[in-house]
Amino acid sequence: MGFVSKGFRGRPKVDAEAGRVPPGQYVTRDFPVLSAGPTPNIPLDQWGFTISGQVDKPLAWSWAEFTALPAEDVTVDIHCVTKWTKLDTTWKGVSVDTLLKDVPTAAEFVMAHSYGGYTTNLPLDDLTGGKAWIAYEFGGEPLDPEHGGPARLLVPHLYFWKSAKWVRGLELRDEDEPGFWEGYGYHNYGDPWREQRYAGD
Amino acid sequence: MDRVDETAQVRSLVLDVPEWAGHLPGQHVDVRLTADDGYQAERSYSIATPADGNRITITIERIADGEVSPYLVDELQVGDKLELRGPIGGYFVWQPSDGGPLFLAAGGSGVVPLMAMLRARVGARADIPVKLLVSARTADDVIYSGELGVLGDGQSGVEVIQTLTRAQPPGWSGYRRRVDREMVADVAWPAAGMPRCYACGPTGFVEAVASALVGLGHDPKNIRTERFGPTGG
Repeated sequence: MGFVSKGFRGRPKVDAEAGRVPPGQYVTRDFPVLSAGPTPNIPLDQWGFTISGQVDKPLAWSWAEFTALPAEDVTVDIHCVTKWTKLDTTWKGVSVDTLLKDVPTAAEFVMAHSYGGYTTNLPLDDLTGGKAWIAYEFGGEPLDPEHGGPARLLVPHLYFWKSAKWVRGLELRDEDEPGFWEGYGYHNYGDPWREQRYAGD
Repeated sequence: MDRVDETAQVRSLVLDVPEWAGHLPGQHVDVRLTADDGYQAERSYSIATPADGNRITITIERIADGEVSPYLVDELQVGDKLELRGPIGGYFVWQPSDGGPLFLAAGGSGVVPLMAMLRARVGARADIPVKLLVSARTADDVIYSGELGVLGDGQSGVEVIQTLTRAQPPGWSGYRRRVDREMVADVAWPAAGMPRCYACGPTGFVEAVASALVGLGHDPKNIRTERFGPTGG
């Protein structure tokens, strides 16, 4: 802690149960949009999703094939590095476990790639074991392009920049490498509960 | 610290930051406030000025039900200390060595990081043409209006185009509507010149500008955006 800001008496506008809001975050009911560039326009008949890299055989799905995979409804809290937290968000998507079910790999890391060129890196262990999805519905509706539609990665236990919008594939890798924001000084791992916002945190 | 009133809702804070390592135009800082019982709140604010030793200026809009901004705008006094961290962000930045031409589009207080870029361009006396589109509700809501009037006089290679979306003063010759594709087509540099484009403001404004630029043939990689939603501090 630094020093007291004389006369500061701010308090959160939205109360939340203790233990649900990571340090330095505040709860919002809105869904702010943060993107580094224009929102890509991706027609569904041109959309595709791939698993590539350190696998015996790369996998690819069209939109029709992908949305025919077994999907899950999940309710999770999401935490953005710009300090907002949104509780009880509801999504529908395909678990990464489902996508990797028949994919033997020795890879330990993943680079998620998006339409528009965005990338983000994660340990493979953070995408498996029921912790991550490729989500294509939010709140019972198709995912809005501003929020990453047609589909985005959803990894709610890490800061939300790891949940790559407009995702088009997962590249399995032996070695870790920084993605887009990780290369601009944001934390390589991004655990909100340890407040890993920036490199060195 | 010094304070400068920009509009009725917006104030700039000039801060002396010991050991400030410098920054690039477009970057921001995280400001942390601590109450006497240890409660803390943090928000991000754009830096309005190019690097200038240990001195940085942040410009803050008072959000009516905000938790942090009313304190910074109304209560923080000259001589008070402020805890901040930065600079943060490395993508939404421009410096004169990046070249141009430069198209800047500002919605409301989204003008702040773009002003750092414009001030860097003017300070370097760089021969880089700049167009700045400023959207505000009324003439009284235009941040840095005096400085923009001087910079946009046509003498310095800087053109400032304004649109006032809610009310216009008598004799107003600028635009009178929210930004749309036709307006962007009129005011932005042609795509063929490969201009560098930066848009900052509320989500709706940035989406309108960025999608118009893409529709006009600009390379998405030359369009950098920074958005703020309806929440904030």
